[in-house]
Amino acid sequence: MEKIKEFFKTFLLVELLKGMALTGRYMFARKITVQFPEEKTPQGYRFRGLHAQRRYPNGEERCIGCKLCEAVCPALAIKIEVAEREDGTRRTTQYDIDLTKCIFCGFCEESCPVDAIVETRIFEYHGENRGDLYYTKPMLLAVGDKHEAQIAKDRASDAKYR
Amino acid sequence: MINIEIDGKLVETERGSTVMDAANKAGVHIPHFCYHKKLSIAANCRMCLVEVEKAPKPLPACATPATDGMKVHTHSEMAVKAQKGVMEFLLINHPLDCPICDQGGECQLQDLAVGYGGGESRYTEEKRMVNPKEIGELISTIEMSRCIQCTRCVRFGQEIAGQMELGMANRSEHAEIMSFVNSAVDSELSGNMIDLCPVGALTSKPFRYTARSWELSRRKSVSPHDGLGSNLAVHVKDNKVCRVVPVENEAINECWISDKDRFSYEGLNSQERLTRPMIKQDNKWLEVEWTTALEYVANGLRQISASAGADHIAALATPNSTLEELYLLQKLMRGIESSNVDFRLRQSDFSIGAKGAPWLGMQVAEINSRDRFLIVGSFLRKDHPLLAQRIRQAVKAGADANVVHAADDDLLMPVANKAIVAPSGMVDVLAQILKALIIQKEATVPADMEKVAVGDAASSIAKSLASGARSAVLLGNLAQQHPEASQLASIAGQIAELSGAKFGFLGEAANSVGGYMAGAVPGDGMNAREMLANPRKAYLLLNVEPELDMHNPELAMAAMKQADMVVAMSAYKHHATEYADVLLPIAPYTETSGTFVNTEGSVQSFKGAVKPLGDARPAWKVLRVLGNLLHVAGFNFETSEAVRDEALGAACKLNNRIEGIALKVNSTNSAALQRVTDVPIYFADALVRRANALQKTGDAAIPCARLHGDELQKLGLQPGDTVRVAQGNASVQLKVSRDDRLPPGVVRIAAGHPATAALGPMFGELSLERA
Repeated sequence: MEKIKEFFKTFLLVELLKGMALTGRYMFARKITVQFPEEKTPQGYRFRGLHAQRRYPNGEERCIGCKLCEAVCPALAIKIEVAEREDGTRRTTQYDIDLTKCIFCGFCEESCPVDAIVETRIFEYHGENRGDLYYTKPMLLAVGDKHEAQIAKDRASDAKYR
Repeated sequence: MINIEIDGKLVETERGSTVMDAANKAGVHIPHFCYHKKLSIAANCRMCLVEVEKAPKPLPACATPATDGMKVHTHSEMAVKAQKGVMEFLLINHPLDCPICDQGGECQLQDLAVGYGGGESRYTEEKRMVNPKEIGELISTIEMSRCIQCTRCVRFGQEIAGQMELGMANRSEHAEIMSFVNSAVDSELSGNMIDLCPVGALTSKPFRYTARSWELSRRKSVSPHDGLGSNLAVHVKDNKVCRVVPVENEAINECWISDKDRFSYEGLNSQERLTRPMIKQDNKWLEVEWTTALEYVANGLRQISASAGADHIAALATPNSTLEELYLLQKLMRGIESSNVDFRLRQSDFSIGAKGAPWLGMQVAEINSRDRFLIVGSFLRKDHPLLAQRIRQAVKAGADANVVHAADDDLLMPVANKAIVAPSGMVDVLAQILKALIIQKEATVPADMEKVAVGDAASSIAKSLASGARSAVLLGNLAQQHPEASQLASIAGQIAELSGAKFGFLGEAANSVGGYMAGAVPGDGMNAREMLANPRKAYLLLNVEPELDMHNPELAMAAMKQADMVVAMSAYKHHATEYADVLLPIAPYTETSGTFVNTEGSVQSFKGAVKPLGDARPAWKVLRVLGNLLHVAGFNFETSEAVRDEALGAACKLNNRIEGIALKVNSTNSAALQRVTDVPIYFADALVRRANALQKTGDAAIPCARLHGDELQKLGLQPGDTVRVAQGNASVQLKVSRDDRLPPGVVRIAAGHPATAALGPMFGELSLERA
């Protein structure tokens, strides 16, 4: 009896029809593919993308070189050198993030006592050479300067959960 | 002994000890800030409050004496509530600047705030601000607002350094730590206040912002400076020494180190470091490879040995060199059949002829239990800061300090009797003391001492020594550098024997004992003085800067300039460029493994903390290869430990017995001015001379010609005048200053500084005239 059933199934192409039915269902269903870059997925305010260094409204850089981010970074992607500036404040002379090492865990942002290092919503960046993804302090500050409005807004949205 | 119970643990503790002591014994940690085992009890931070059964209120553990049957709870509800309350109060005015604080990560307040503090502050008013004070080049007080008024620094100054340089002014909210009006902290132990400060109020100025505590790797080392051999922890980041802190060793340095040990690391990172071997050709310095440089040295030595004889080769090393370096240097010299090797660069009288290494004559820790001291010829505080501290503790416990010296420098402790005389009179004073002792012991006065007239000071010193049960007679650096050092040592030895005292030499440098053990003394060859007085054709210099490190810089420089070949093994590119032919970069103490034998004879080995800078190499390796190139047998060492073991296997014993020195009391009184020479603490060796911050302190001021006020008047000079100081054919121009602590008839001029490097020997006659 089983053998007869198998025989008919084979000749009537039941499996094929089942498969085609599934394909057909998806053909007429609503598409979920995002047409990047014309279309973009929505992002949360906690999105962890490219890093930025922020400034205070008066233009002073926030970072005080406490090196907590360097200490907490699990990928050892951050390198900081610190010196006393002429006005006596503690400032970084070097603040590098190697984005090829970074795993975007966000610990640097969590550990920062002055909200200087943040991760932005930017994820569409690239480097043509490996070294291009080694971000130095001026590059990070430039990112911060450019996107400060969005960064500040995101921090404000998140503030009530902290 | 009494029994007390702490958190249910029964502890036996001594009667009169505190609850804190008992808790330490039981291994129970009680949080504290102002309590420190080496300082007196202040009980002003209140952090150590604990609950004691039957006491109505919590009591401070550091100030509560333990009584028999006492039951203490350190974690009970009452204790924890009290500790939390205290912590909240401490944090009210403490700024929240841990991220930029140099103490961050190693801060007691930070640690205890995690354990006992609340998550958030209830205090919303304005915090207190304290203005920073300027207290010198070593300690930064910029963030004095962080102070929690534990007064550890104040007590350290009063009790350990012997000099109250910081104090707490005003009350309550306005209380602040400050120095006396316009004065800097210039104690030679001041750096310890940085360690003592439980918060970041007193921090190291040279270290400021260079690293955070968790970035530093800590490597053990031994101080290369004074004879004590303090144990150090060298803190390293990225192959660079960032700071030096003490390692506790109760037998040697307790928990302190001197500022010289602490801040000399700046010299390791100096711009003057020599990083490539160099050869002078046609009056130009060329950087060369090690092989070229060493071949050049070997060939040069071979040629001189063949043409003039091996006796024309001489080697000088500083007593700051390691045991291994000194051993290989002397082995190399003896291998090429010259015994002209010496490390006693600042000595001038070598006739002691001791059969072993002169040493302290006792353990360092025994100093604290002495009850009588006779200190002969020592700038004690500056030459041996921590030994001075131990003697200070002994004096505080009731000991008498007696001093025979050529300058009455303040020792910051009560001195019972002192005889301050010109250097030429020191033998006489010691002879007087000896005679007074002999008379007191009712022994017969030997014939050669008949003429000695016993003065008041001498007889009271003798009386003091005779009355002690555990006395010590100590010879300082000046006594060892004195032209009649053997006379001084011989008489002092007899004084010690007669009064039943321990007799010792205060070692001038890290390896003053080790040099003897390594055999870096000439034996039948020429000693340091003879090598210069009879100019040689070739000199090997290990760490030596002849114009600054030698007894007679004038003679040393003349000898260097006439030599056919001078090989300077040095960590620095110094003055040697003028007279040397080869410069070999060697590694200072943090970059080499080695051994120092301290003044009590403890052998302390250490490993390199960082890699040698540039092409510099450990000197023992350089000497080892040089030995191979010169085909000297037995130079196949693989490690410095092998060198050390061989050196110690053949080492002489510690021995202070002096025999066969006939007493010769010189009673000639010349009218000429005599030179008294100190080696200021921060000019003493090559490393410390290049430590920037130390060079800015008062102790490193440009040397003056210092005279007693009466002498100034006699010469018609005013302090601040410029004079020409002439010593034999040599002369220099110096400013005059008044120092009424000097005896009449002497001029005190420091050695070890370029301003006085053109002068002659450290002792002798000189003349002054207005320039």
